[in-house]
Amino acid sequence: MSAADPYDAIVVGSGAGGGMATWALARAGLRVALVEAGPWYDPADEAQRTQFRYPWESPRRGASTRLRPFGDFNACIGGWELDGEPFTTADDTDFMWWRARMLGGRTNHWGRISLRFGPLDFKRRDSDGLGDNWPIGYEDLKPWYDKVDKLVGVFGTNEGLPNDPDGFFLPPPKPRLHELYYIRSARRAGIPVYPSRLSILTKRINKERGVCVYCRQCSRACGLHADFSSSTVLIYPAVATGRVDVYSNTMVRKVDTGADGRATGVSCIDRENRRELRLNGRTVVLAASACSSARILLNSISARHASGLGNSSGHVGRYLHDSTGASRAAFLPELMDRDIYNEDGVGGMHVYTPWWLEDTQLDFARGYHLEIGGGMNMPSYGFGFAANQYKRFLGERVGGYGNGLRDDIRRFYGSRLSIACRGESVPQYGNYCELDPNVVDEWGIPALRFHYRWTEQEINQARHMQDTMEELLEAAGGVLLGDKPGPEREYGLTRPGEIIHEVGTTRMGDDPATSVTNRFGQLHDADNVFVADAGTFVSQADKNPTWTILALAWRTSEHIVEQMRQRNL
Amino acid sequence: MNKTSRREALKSLLLAPLAAGLASATGCAAGGAVNWNELPREYSYGRTGAERQRDRKLFAETYFSEHELVAIAVLCDIILPSDHPNGGALDAGLPEFVEFIVKDRGNLKLPVRGGIAWLDSYAIGEFGADFANIGEAQRLVICDRIAWPDVEDPALQPGIRFFSLMRDLTLTGYYTTEQGFRDLGYQGNVANVWDGVPEQTLARHGLRYEPEWLEKCVDQSRRDIIASWDDDMNLTS
Ligand SMILES: Cc1cc2nc3c(=O)[nH]c(=O)nc-3n(C[C@H](O)[C@H](O)[C@H](O)COP(=O)(O)OP(=O)(O)OC[C@H]3O[C@@H](n4cnc5c(N)ncnc54)[C@H](O)[C@@H]3O)c2cc1C
Ligand code: SF4
Repeated sequence: MSAADPYDAIVVGSGAGGGMATWALARAGLRVALVEAGPWYDPADEAQRTQFRYPWESPRRGASTRLRPFGDFNACIGGWELDGEPFTTADDTDFMWWRARMLGGRTNHWGRISLRFGPLDFKRRDSDGLGDNWPIGYEDLKPWYDKVDKLVGVFGTNEGLPNDPDGFFLPPPKPRLHELYYIRSARRAGIPVYPSRLSILTKRINKERGVCVYCRQCSRACGLHADFSSSTVLIYPAVATGRVDVYSNTMVRKVDTGADGRATGVSCIDRENRRELRLNGRTVVLAASACSSARILLNSISARHASGLGNSSGHVGRYLHDSTGASRAAFLPELMDRDIYNEDGVGGMHVYTPWWLEDTQLDFARGYHLEIGGGMNMPSYGFGFAANQYKRFLGERVGGYGNGLRDDIRRFYGSRLSIACRGESVPQYGNYCELDPNVVDEWGIPALRFHYRWTEQEINQARHMQDTMEELLEAAGGVLLGDKPGPEREYGLTRPGEIIHEVGTTRMGDDPATSVTNRFGQLHDADNVFVADAGTFVSQADKNPTWTILALAWRTSEHIVEQMRQRNL
Repeated sequence: MNKTSRREALKSLLLAPLAAGLASATGCAAGGAVNWNELPREYSYGRTGAERQRDRKLFAETYFSEHELVAIAVLCDIILPSDHPNGGALDAGLPEFVEFIVKDRGNLKLPVRGGIAWLDSYAIGEFGADFANIGEAQRLVICDRIAWPDVEDPALQPGIRFFSLMRDLTLTGYYTTEQGFRDLGYQGNVANVWDGVPEQTLARHGLRYEPEWLEKCVDQSRRDIIASWDDDMNLTS
């Protein structure tokens, strides 16, 4: 194939959406170029492995750095700040933006919480009159969720809940000790609790991938490929078809369009030698993550697309929204001096609480779910800080020195129970990202500028989260740690972007005046350009986004294949 | 295993007094030495080029003077002594860990340097020599005054803060080594098949698995059998 021959599809970004698109398109026989800004990555490669490392294998014992903000062994190459790739915020905005730069994107180190959206989640306007409905409903996406479950693997249980649909689940692992305390407290408080739903293989699903060996380190990426990463589960098999060329360390700056306004390919820069590169394609699938895909579109200016590609409605970048969050922890005296055994389990919680107050009248819209933490974590930097602080709850003196500290350490090890809430916000037209005309990154691409403020809805929701967490932790027999944040701290509500579920920037809809893509992620303004990341979300449910990204990306890919077959593309 | 055989590469520094004449005035440990296990300076654990470069730079930089390292060593040894079967701070190479981590985190540099200076000046004021060069009993007198955060004496606050910081760093530096893992009895970070909380532990806590819950959980004897489902989403394998 010569460089001038167009690829059938150019996929931009190799995270959840890009990996799925690459896999589905290559499997259907298309020739695919996968363009990824970061390097090739395989957690099974000894040179890149961080799994099963002991803290002393790192000189900082696993402490975080600016280059590894979630700890020295975390799999993510990237973080809150990237050298040479700034972003800016408006004065009234406190936005955080997490970016990965590697094959597989953020799916190498994500939490693996894999929740389908439910029927209500696609039609929120119908229930509370706020925001907008999706143009599609659960029944449109259900077959794709089903296929994702079987292809990727997810453990969980069928509970028949109205808005937390059943799936093709692998069986969940048994709860850990602190999770049994949580279950007991939830029962006492009358709040439901179920086995969690994580894309981790508790059972074999094919010959290629391994089965979980319970090291609790999915955030370091699994060398056995027993959890879902886009790289290990989708991209390697896609590459094995022989129909995929991976352009790693290659940053797309814009989508090129022809006189007819349709895409002809992408312009990129090779990050290693700074050489410009042009790839030709019959279709372009953007999956660089919601904000990055919006950025590429806004930067794709031409005579036909004067305000950026796909932006005739002015909606590219608009309705940016993230999940809400708040957390609290307690010390459980009953867990003092506990038996020490291997309780690692999977890299995430074994139990969780989905939203349970759908039918209750509250002073905020939408709901949230509860994620449970605790247990006997592997010591790393920070372990032993304020070692015997819990003594004050026992009327004993805090501080001291000498071998008695060893007893304190053992006595309080694993005696903490924590809860993190993740909720749904109401998407706002006024929350958005745009190109900052004054700032470029080191590749000369204009940087994004963010505008984002929470509304009363999210703040009131956070207050409810705090009350719930307090109730549950106390019902568990816990002594609450830290202060309960009040209105002066917006009830501990996390900053926009902090939960790393940013979505909505290229939302789908039937009306080209108020949406960027149609219900298949196809741009209203250019029929051979698609978005396969969370940009197309009309609303982010009280669930984490990735399972829905995967289902939508597969559906979009099949649509592309079908349209090509019918010679519409 | 005795202490000397456990120490492979030993770093040894003399307890040189800060100001000539001071130590001899009290006739204390001046001229003695403090030893600790050296830590590796080469690491390989999935680093990117940028990270390797950053770590090389950190290792090339010297921050603490020998005097400061000695003070750290003497203090860490008090916080977690080596007279224990699982070793202590010096066996875990604490002074070198502290040197690395303050360079790495930046914002700890000043609190540790200033803390040592405070401690020395306090020791000179109380006992006529810097902290490393006063007698052991005298050091403990000082530690007893600054090791407890509930002490309200404003004049001692800088020392109390510093001691708390050094206790944090000592414990974290120790419990993230093999000796620390042994001391804690840590069992994880190995491939295994999790099949629930041990019976005797459940009994100790008066807890049990709800039978309906347990029924849904993975049957570990079938974990290697490839999953299949019927059309109603029931697992059939
Ligand atoms: C710590 C953490 C925990 C999380 N936990 C969960 C969870 O439990 N459940 C859940 O559902 N979600 C979770 N998420 C969110 C989840 O990771 C994302 O929803 C998901 O990865 C998004 O997929 P994506 O394809 O949109 O983008 P990404 O995974 O971000 O991948 C985008 C890729 O595109 C590349 N790229 C960007 N710009 C360009 C360009 N111009 N040219 C070429 N390539 C480019 C990037 O380098 C990157 O590799 C978590 C995220 C983090 C960070
Ligand atoms: S917990 Fe299981 S899936 Fe996760 S990294 Fe460890 S072995 Fe892999």
